[in-house]
Amino acid sequence: MEKINQKRHISKNTVTVCMVAVLYAVVSALLYTDNAGRQLSNMLISLSSYIVLAVSLNLVVGLLGELSLGHAGFMSVGLFSGCLLSIQLAKLLPLAVRLPVSMLFGGVVAAVFGLLIGLPALRLKGDYLAIVTLACGEIIKNVITNLKFTGGALGLDTMEIYSDTKSLLPFAIVLVFLTILVMMNLKKSKCGRAIMAIRDNRIAAESSGINVTYYKLMVFVIAAFFAGAAGTLYGHSYANIKANTFDYNMSIEILVIVVLGGMGSVRGSIIAAIILKALPELLRDIADYRMLVYSVLLIVIMILNASPKFAELKGRWSIRNFAKLLQKKDKEVPQK
Amino acid sequence: MTHFIQTLISGLSLGSIYALIALGYTMVYGIAKMLNFAHGDIIMVGAYAAIVCVFQLQLPAFAAILFAIAVCVLLGVVIERLAYKPLRQAPPLSVLITAIGVSYLLQNLALLIFGSEQKAFPTLFHIPALRLGQITVDGITLLTLGVTAVIMIALTLFINKTKMGKAMRAVSEDKEAAGLMGISTNRTITITFAIGSALAAVASIFFGVTYVYIKPTTGSMPGIKAFTAAVFGGIGSIPGAMLGGILLGVIEQMSKTYISTLWSDAIVFGVLVLVLIVRPSGLLGKKVSEKV
Repeated sequence: MEKINQKRHISKNTVTVCMVAVLYAVVSALLYTDNAGRQLSNMLISLSSYIVLAVSLNLVVGLLGELSLGHAGFMSVGLFSGCLLSIQLAKLLPLAVRLPVSMLFGGVVAAVFGLLIGLPALRLKGDYLAIVTLACGEIIKNVITNLKFTGGALGLDTMEIYSDTKSLLPFAIVLVFLTILVMMNLKKSKCGRAIMAIRDNRIAAESSGINVTYYKLMVFVIAAFFAGAAGTLYGHSYANIKANTFDYNMSIEILVIVVLGGMGSVRGSIIAAIILKALPELLRDIADYRMLVYSVLLIVIMILNASPKFAELKGRWSIRNFAKLLQKKDKEVPQK
Repeated sequence: MTHFIQTLISGLSLGSIYALIALGYTMVYGIAKMLNFAHGDIIMVGAYAAIVCVFQLQLPAFAAILFAIAVCVLLGVVIERLAYKPLRQAPPLSVLITAIGVSYLLQNLALLIFGSEQKAFPTLFHIPALRLGQITVDGITLLTLGVTAVIMIALTLFINKTKMGKAMRAVSEDKEAAGLMGISTNRTITITFAIGSALAAVASIFFGVTYVYIKPTTGSMPGIKAFTAAVFGGIGSIPGAMLGGILLGVIEQMSKTYISTLWSDAIVFGVLVLVLIVRPSGLLGKKVSEKV
């Protein structure tokens, strides 16, 4: 029985990796043969960053079960530190070396912030943790806006390190794959099981000898690292960055992606990120109404998801169920 | 010294607005156990309702206030019925996301109807300023303080003395047990939303009169600050929301005056983080002991 389960587990992750690989293969083929429209090529990098952000936030919200509303803050810290380093190195190193180094640096700085904020904040639970992470995100935004070397209220001028989608896409693909693989492997590892045990029952986990604070901090730091790296990548695709962009609204946007995609599901986060980032673009024809449609969709999806009638309907009409029905014809399955 | 007192009074006035909004957050949280993220946008709707009433319908100030309150109460109840009621049994996070959806919906509806440019709020009140020696207190500030004080006393009496208030306390204590005792949980929740929205409408009037310009995103920042205030005071606790709101307003005004306008947000949120780290369930929040 265990063997079968494991087999299914591996194949599920392989499907996700293959799905992303195919998507990126198609997109790169379009992009490098100059067949991609402006719309598509413009959103590729930010979409990739959002995938990384959503998957890393999913680690906190889905796997650890704590609500963080400050993910954009970590992204912003990583973005500014990574881009500042990149500007310093712009004349010394080519993009192929500079960008990975900056992304690593941005990630590490964000991770340090994750540790500094997580250490006191993780004493809190539920809504209190949510509000403290939100407050920390707002503090980060406020501080970056008021500092001199980050460009202040006018924003950081990143013209010098600005790169087009064609040169950034390989790095984006590597980062996305790295994030997905880390998240998937973490979920299956000893650490992942410990984290999920904390999510399901903290007290039981603690009494079985799991160091709750250690694992909580670990999740926080890993999530902040990837948010920071994604931020650095994001910063390279714009000529000017303002800290005001990365406020709690953005954190919420990422959270919405995670929740719509499904808690703890890597594939879900990726699909939801693509849909939610592409949807406003696709709805551009009805520009005035697109945010309205977007918000109504959000409410309706949440209500439908929670309604038992809809779940039953979904179960009855799902592909998996059809497959089961076909199997049933071969072999009578005893009724429960 | 006079400068200090002046700052203190304007801080109290700002704090009263936060407290009125925070009460809505805390009451809904206490009873429905949900963070109503759309609460801040109710303020924006109330302000627009008053603007329409005065400029389009040419009604007097008194009617405008009543109209704003009516619109907000109706809106609060409708939102609760349509968006939150189907999610009573759902996990808290999906309710939170729905509330965020409602918040986006309200902002974008306002954007479509009123456009993105700022609209001026009418001068509803003409109250002469009060002079006490060297201290001058604005008429509006005086009114804000007075009305908030009356509302807070009335609300405390309502919660503690009336049957409905008792029902509310019962539902917030234990929803199922309250239901078994014959309390209509749904009706209680609806009434809580109605009261919260009415308070938000009153806050919107004071906010509009004090800050004059209104745009579709006006509600979100005071909303977040008031939410912070509610958590600061201990979410779910009504005196906590009042105290938290007023303290937050005073801290914000003090840091604006004596430190820097630019850094005030960072200071306000910094104080919040510090308080929560020292007192993890807020100033007046109940400390919930864990059962093993």
